[in-house]
Amino acid sequence: MISCVSPRTSGELTVLGLDPDRDGPRIRARLGVVPQEDNLDPELTVRENLYVYGRYFDIPKMALRERIEQLLGFAQLTERGGDRVEPLSGGMKRRLTIARSLVNEPDLLLLDEPTTGLDPQARHALWDRLYRLKAQGVTLVLTTHYMDEAEQLCDRLVVMDRGRIVAGGSPRQLIERHSTREVVELRFTPGETERMAEKVSDLADRVEILPDRLLLYTADGDAVVEALGRRRLEPLSVLARRSTLEDVFLQLTGRQLVD
Amino acid sequence: MARVPALRATAYFVRTYARTWRASIMTTFVNPTLYLLAMGVGLGSFIDKSANHAVLGHLSYLQFVAPALAASAAATTAASESMFPVMGAIKWQKTYYAMLATPLRVGDVLAGHLIWIAARIATAVGSYLIVMAAFGATASFESIAILPVGLLTGTAFAAPLAAFAATQDTDGSFSLMFRLGVVPLFLFSGVFFPLSQLPVGLRVIAYVTPLWHGVDLCRRLATGTVTAPGLAGHLAYLVGVTAAGLLAARITYRRRLLV
Repeated sequence: MISCVSPRTSGELTVLGLDPDRDGPRIRARLGVVPQEDNLDPELTVRENLYVYGRYFDIPKMALRERIEQLLGFAQLTERGGDRVEPLSGGMKRRLTIARSLVNEPDLLLLDEPTTGLDPQARHALWDRLYRLKAQGVTLVLTTHYMDEAEQLCDRLVVMDRGRIVAGGSPRQLIERHSTREVVELRFTPGETERMAEKVSDLADRVEILPDRLLLYTADGDAVVEALGRRRLEPLSVLARRSTLEDVFLQLTGRQLVD
Repeated sequence: MARVPALRATAYFVRTYARTWRASIMTTFVNPTLYLLAMGVGLGSFIDKSANHAVLGHLSYLQFVAPALAASAAATTAASESMFPVMGAIKWQKTYYAMLATPLRVGDVLAGHLIWIAARIATAVGSYLIVMAAFGATASFESIAILPVGLLTGTAFAAPLAAFAATQDTDGSFSLMFRLGVVPLFLFSGVFFPLSQLPVGLRVIAYVTPLWHGVDLCRRLATGTVTAPGLAGHLAYLVGVTAAGLLAARITYRRRLLV
């Protein structure tokens, strides 16, 4: 809807101060879109992909050629510029898709799960590029299932569950509001977990029982670990860590699989 | 040229074609040559000696069959360019979606692709005309009009077939469309023998499909036997089918691409 491809079903929507129903082409001229599935042309070269796409925006040829070289540098693809897209790795294709979305120097960049399916190196390389864009003042709107990605990149985020916004704020705020500062994870011998849950229930603000471990939500993880020692409870493993967005997300949307 | 949004979309197809044009141009000349040799000269040498020759309107078989083959080349080119490539642009390479993330609108994308298909049809008919001239099968000055008429015959196939292709989820129906649609039309639209040889029932089917109109008009142009009412009738029919196809394609494209 934001990219003016789906008509809105109801409600109000303005994008960059314009009405998507009326000003679709004008809005899209200032928008960059990184779709979930790459739609690069595998037959064309890296450079040609950028060129063809830039021409959809009616960018003059000379200016476009210059811009393409900058984008290739930005995406670390200069050496592959003349190669066809098909044999490129997933990470390279993703970087090219992002470079392509920047060809019109957008004010607003929409990214749909930009790092899904990438290896850690490729993800970090992409995050780094996105950081730079943010620093340049480009607004990034991104959807992701990776909470670490949201934590890394987002100033403001909303958690959606079944199409509804269930919470919103900065990553820190969300953690403060919907989880405790720290979490202690305890593993016991299988079968003992539930019995142990009763013994520790008073140590934490909230105890969550999972098939293989207990999660103790608390402001002070070390204090809980000490208390466990005093009670001579000896779990197979103890892990005290800070709350993450993942905890918030699971707390808000539940642990059940949504298909 | 690319001030017109639709032509920016066309430029994409030109560019992908540019990668394979050499091989493709060769075949567009090879095919007409082979057909005119086999049908016009080979088969023709038997038919021209037969007593029943008057059915062909005292034309040599080469003269009879060549303009009709040009018209059917338009139809088959149109069919192969407007089914699989449309599906590809929706489902496989997703080219349409890439275009729609830019200022281009659905109408531009559709028009841009059809302009490209029209260019392919014109090339196919044009190369037929050149080969025909080389074979001495273009007796009249009006033969040159086979180019626009052939093009129109092609669009009468391309527009409705693109409309149809945009409704399909898989390409399974396309080969069926060739086997049960295009090939029968090719065989029974008066290309190889006059329609008067067919039983009335089958003749009516030929009259309502676009290929016969293209075949008859091209043949009359090549032999200088075109009449004003005949010309008007055929043109009106082909323009009508093309226009209906365009309208349908506008609807099916919007339904498919704006979700």
